[in-house]
Formats: sequence, C-alpha cells, structure tokens
Amino acid sequence: MSREGLTGSRIRERRVMAGQKQADLAKAIGISASYLNLIEHNRRRIGGKLLLNIASALAVEPTTLTEGAEAALISTLREAADDAGLSATEAARADEFAGRFPGWADVLANAQRRIATLERTVETLTDRLAHDPHLAASMHELLSTAAAIRSTASILADTKTLEPEWRDRFHINIDQDSRRLADSAQALVGYLEADPETTPVAHSPQEEVEAFLASHRYRFATLETAGRDADVIDRLTQTAPELKSVAARHIARDVLHQVALDAAALPMVTLTKAMDTLGPDPVTVAAQVQQPVGRVLRRMAAMPELRAGLLICDRSGTVIFRKSIDGFVVPRFGACCPLWPLFAVLGNPGVVTHARLEQLGRGHSEFDCVATCESLPAQGYNVPPLVQAVMLILPARNPVATSMKLDVGATCRVCPRQACAARREPSILNDGV
Amino acid sequence: MSKHVVLVEDETNIAEAIRFLLGREGWRVQTLANGATAVEVIRKAVPDLVMLDVMLPGKSGFEILKELRADTAFADLPILMLTARGQSRDRDIAQDAGVSRFMTKPFSNEEMLSAVRDLTASGTADA
Repeated sequence: MSREGLTGSRIRERRVMAGQKQADLAKAIGISASYLNLIEHNRRRIGGKLLLNIASALAVEPTTLTEGAEAALISTLREAADDAGLSATEAARADEFAGRFPGWADVLANAQRRIATLERTVETLTDRLAHDPHLAASMHELLSTAAAIRSTASILADTKTLEPEWRDRFHINIDQDSRRLADSAQALVGYLEADPETTPVAHSPQEEVEAFLASHRYRFATLETAGRDADVIDRLTQTAPELKSVAARHIARDVLHQVALDAAALPMVTLTKAMDTLGPDPVTVAAQVQQPVGRVLRRMAAMPELRAGLLICDRSGTVIFRKSIDGFVVPRFGACCPLWPLFAVLGNPGVVTHARLEQLGRGHSEFDCVATCESLPAQGYNVPPLVQAVMLILPARNPVATSMKLDVGATCRVCPRQACAARREPSILNDGV
Repeated sequence: MSKHVVLVEDETNIAEAIRFLLGREGWRVQTLANGATAVEVIRKAVPDLVMLDVMLPGKSGFEILKELRADTAFADLPILMLTARGQSRDRDIAQDAGVSRFMTKPFSNEEMLSAVRDLTASGTADA
C-alpha cells in the first residue's frame, strides 16, 4: 500500500490517541461519521480543505498525517525485518506498520539500533581478548602455574610410596606455585577491573577510524575518481556509522584527504602497471612512477591482493594510522616496540629501510617491512619540519637465514627478547626464570 | 637400556613433576629451561622423544620444532608440544611445523603419560 494511501490510518491513530470518538470528530469537521469511517480505513482519498480541517481538529501538522513516519525509521524497520528473516512481502509493509503504530515502530527501531551497537561492542570485546597482549600473557601465566600445581598435586595424591625427599620437594613446589597462582589471579582481576582503557565502551577515535576504514576495505572508489573533493570527503565522514565522535570524524577527514591526494598523484592503474613489470618493490616502483616512496607505500597498502599492513607515525612516534595485518601485534594502548623500522627511520628522513621482521612472543609470523620517513611541507620559515614515518608490512614470501631476521616485540611487557638495549620495562614473561 | 627424553620447559616445577613421572616409567629425563641451546643439545643427545614448551626464553618451541624438522635425521623424532595457549592458531602453527602431538596445559598426568606411551610405541613399530 502506498504511503499517501495510509493517511486514513494515521488520522485514526491520532484520533484514538487524542481520545476522540469518530462521531465527535466527524461532527467537528462537518462530515458524516460513516464518511469519516471510510476515510479512516483508507477507502477514500483525502486532501485539500478537509485534510487541513481534520489536522486542526486533531491539533497536528497536516504533514504528519500525509507523510507519516520518516524515511530513517522505515529503513531501520526494514533492517530489523531483514535480520529476522521476514518475507519480502512482510518486510515491504514496514511503512504501513510505522504509519499505524508509530509508538511501537519507534520501540522496535530503537531496539534494532541498540542491538547493532551491542553487536559492535561484543565484536570489540572479542577483538580485545584476542589481541590484548597483557591479557594473553596473564592467562598464560595462570595456566602454566595451574599446570604445575595439577601435575604435582596428583603425584602427591596418587603415589602410594613416595620417598620423603620427593614428597617434601613437591610440597614446597605446590606451596610456591599456589602463592604464584594467587598473585597472578589477583593481578589479572586488578587489570580487568582497574584499567579504564580496557573498557570496551570507551572507543578511542583512532579505533573508530580504523573500523571505518576497514568497513571500506581501505579503498574509496569515489576518491579514486573524484580526486580531492572536500564535499565528497565530508559526505563520507558524516554518514559513516563507525565515526561517532567529532575527533574520529576529524581524523578520518585528514586520512581521506591524504588518500585523495595520493590517488590523484598516483592512480591505481599507473601503480599496477609499474608493479607488473618491476614487482612489489617500493623503491624501484617509486623511481619509475616518479613519486615519493612514502606515497607508494600508502598506495600499495590499499591494494587488497598484497594483504599488506600499514603503520604511520608522527614525529613523536605516536602511531596515527594503522591498517592491521594478521600476526603483527600493534598494542592498542601503551607504547610500541622501539625496534620497529617505523621508528628507526624517524631520525633519517629520506632513507628507505627494508627488513625481515619477526615479532617475538606471539604467532612467530614473519614479515617484509619497508619503512621510510618524509618531511611534510614546510609550514613557514625557520620552522623545523614535521615528519611522518610510514611502514608497509607485507607477509613474508620466502624464508631467509636467522641472521637476516630482525627480532622485534610488540610491547616490552610481553616481549621475551633478552638483553635488549631498548627495553623500557621488565617483561612479565621472563620474571622468575 | 633406558629410553631418553629431552624436556625443554622453563617452568621448573612442571619440569620436576614430569621428570618424576617419566623417571618412574624408566625414562632418562634431560631437562632444559632455555630454548636457545635446545636444538644443539637435542642434536647431540639423539633422544627417543622431545617434549617442548611453546613460550620459552631464548627461542620459541615453534622455532625449535621447525629447525629439528628441517634436519632429515630428526624428521621422524616424536615431538610432544605442551602449551598454555591452546588457541587453534597455535595448534595450526605446530601442526604445520610437523609436531607429533600437541597438549594444552593444564593436562592430567595420565593424559601426558599416555601421550608419551602412544608416541614412543608407534615410533618403535615404524622402525
């Protein structure tokens, strides 16, 4: 049923809400009750003077009777219908439903939006559990200690003739381990409760931006063609559901400006063509296409087939952009490992480094990393330049000798690297060994 | 002649419990708390079985596993991995690297012993 066809339903709804009898309203506007009844059941078209009279009698704007529920409500209801697997015919009646039962439709739409928010929160939480290095290390500690206690305790319980020497030793071990278990359990609880940064509701703007970019798979077809069009960028950032905070929209706008600049200076076709003949080698490709290496790295990160990660940091070493890659852990909070080439190049603008990286302590995946540091355009005279370091992280293709590998960590607390000159704080993994 | 196992485990109390349990079964247990020298030690010892923790100081259990499997002399050596991180990802890595058996902590002593028996029984049957 078309939307204007529901005007009658809305009149009926409003009248009932106002507690008026059909006959009274009919009398007030000077028509018969049976005619009003036909109107209310959408059997008669209504408009013009009569509609205005009814609206004024019901003390509502005429448009609320003709236009009914707004488009956003309808589309949320359609989403709800879709999620619930309603048939297309039923789903198409969202309009009618919203027209007849505006209050209930609002309740349903709000519930639908709330579900979406909660789903995102759950996703974030799951993500945290899998990627929070501190949590992973604490669980490891707990399980290891539990394993020692379990094994020792069952020896004590099951061995009937245990030499006193062994028995005493095992008792001491259990005593030690149970203390350790109590301590680490307490530390874990403390960490889960106290650290405000781990509460999932407190999204950082950076995370919102990452979610936004990921939902676009780091490719923006409109920017590839439109170039640096502020309106297009504003539309993208204003309508993105992932960008909730002003800060996130601000950051996203900057990122998209850079994407548009890069796209205009180095179109995908040009890059793909250069890579077809030269391979995924950023330095030779950059020379061929006559573009800065940093730009080539950013553009390569946007090619889905390379499955690459990308990190960008500013002069302070703060990571301001990240495209995650499976197996390479970038701490979501707290500081990163200073051994990453990303930071090593900060002091050497213009140098391009290449390294085979292995991140210790987690999945032991290897990566080929290319990093460079570039000065941003001068902001004035006698101003030290702002610089940005960019690191492209590619999954390693072929094995190399151990001596060629650079072992790095994610963050000191969970890094097993020994005798590390860059260590800032002791690792909780090596304690007590 | 008693069978020989090299146990690479940095949790000394787990190592001690395993040493006791396997010792009672007639195994000669050599323990190592650091991953760095493990491959070298195992190469020299040529044991009947290797038990490996994953998170080790010096070198991870995965690396040790890979290096051993790269050597044809140790292609069939039974290697039992013990880890407190039973995530499927870790299991996949271990499987890809050619682990013989993968156990997650905390395990029961009986589980561990029967895994050891299985691994070494099939080893002799193949030989």
